[in-house]
Amino acid sequence: MIELISQHPIVAALIAMVGLSLIFGAVLGFAAVKFKVEGDPIVEQIDALLPQTQCGQCGHPGCKPYAQGIANGEPINKCPPGGQVTINAIADLLDVEAPTLDEEHGEESEVQTVAYIREDECIGCTKCIQACPMDAILGAAKQMHTVIIDECTGCDLCVEPCPVDCIDMVPVESTLGDWKWDLPPRSENGTTDIIASDKVQLPEAHS
Amino acid sequence: MTDIAVIMVSAILVNNFVLVQFLGLCPFMGVSNKLETAIGMGGATTFVLTLASICSYLVHHWILEPMGLEYLRTIAFILVIAVVVQFAKMFIEKTSPLLYRVLGVFLPLITTNCAVLGVALQNTTKAHNFFESALYGFGAALGFSLVLILFSAMRERLAVADVPDPFKGAAIGMITAGLMSLAFMGFSGLV
Repeated sequence: MIELISQHPIVAALIAMVGLSLIFGAVLGFAAVKFKVEGDPIVEQIDALLPQTQCGQCGHPGCKPYAQGIANGEPINKCPPGGQVTINAIADLLDVEAPTLDEEHGEESEVQTVAYIREDECIGCTKCIQACPMDAILGAAKQMHTVIIDECTGCDLCVEPCPVDCIDMVPVESTLGDWKWDLPPRSENGTTDIIASDKVQLPEAHS
Repeated sequence: MTDIAVIMVSAILVNNFVLVQFLGLCPFMGVSNKLETAIGMGGATTFVLTLASICSYLVHHWILEPMGLEYLRTIAFILVIAVVVQFAKMFIEKTSPLLYRVLGVFLPLITTNCAVLGVALQNTTKAHNFFESALYGFGAALGFSLVLILFSAMRERLAVADVPDPFKGAAIGMITAGLMSLAFMGFSGLV
């Protein structure tokens, strides 16, 4: 063995580098197990229940920070886009009493709405574009703006900044493409009676 | 005692890694836009550089030298640095989430900081012993942090200064770095 190494220095180099790599790999592997950091699973779960409109009406910059806030003990009734259904779902998850929606952060609208810009009144100030959390408004400075209906979540945030008040929230009319039967009536705790219900089937989360 | 002082002054001022030896210029230009990030980067680099120079000394002294493989030191040191950075990242993430939030994004950047490799290689060429290696690494990191923080403070001022259009942004940054380098050259001959 010694003879082999002294005759072929490349073997020694190979042994050294492979050995070093193995040792370091083992150290890192050990560290990955030993210093494993668990993420906060409850935050992820709450975040999954929130409507992901990122509208900021709860006072947080987005849904994930609000989920973090709830995990730290904030009231769960600050989400108007999610409405009572979301509140109930979160209350269910956290095993607390479900409060009603805090009106201070906005009202829950029964019908799904989208923003509509009256285009001949639009002065092209781009203020609504900056307010939109979904990038659903198209336009440039001194050009007419318009709303991409499919992207709009109806969060109302663009209405306030508009200096000429040319943005309306109009209800979404169902078309042949997205019409469907009404869901079964809700039971008292706010959930529907259908089996395997998930959020997409609830009217608040559907356009 | 004088040895310690000589090594420190040499690493921090006279042979400053950024402004005199021109190593680690990438983070020097890249992370110096804001004072806050510069301080974070300085802290992270100090941590990693000291640790990496100790580890690479150990690898060089106990593995490469006995086997007559000094010619492998560059690749071996790269390996050591990458592992040290990754290990430090995991360790900090676990033990101090606050520190991790401050240093976190900068730690992977340090892997490719050539000042770290430069210190390790110079430790072998200057035949430093264990203590001197650690000290040299720490001094180099202090020097790096010093100029990074000084430079970022200047760049924060430059951002609001009335600079002629063609010189705006990176150009005036380069000129400033050059002037700082000239100033640091003035320390040569101190030790």
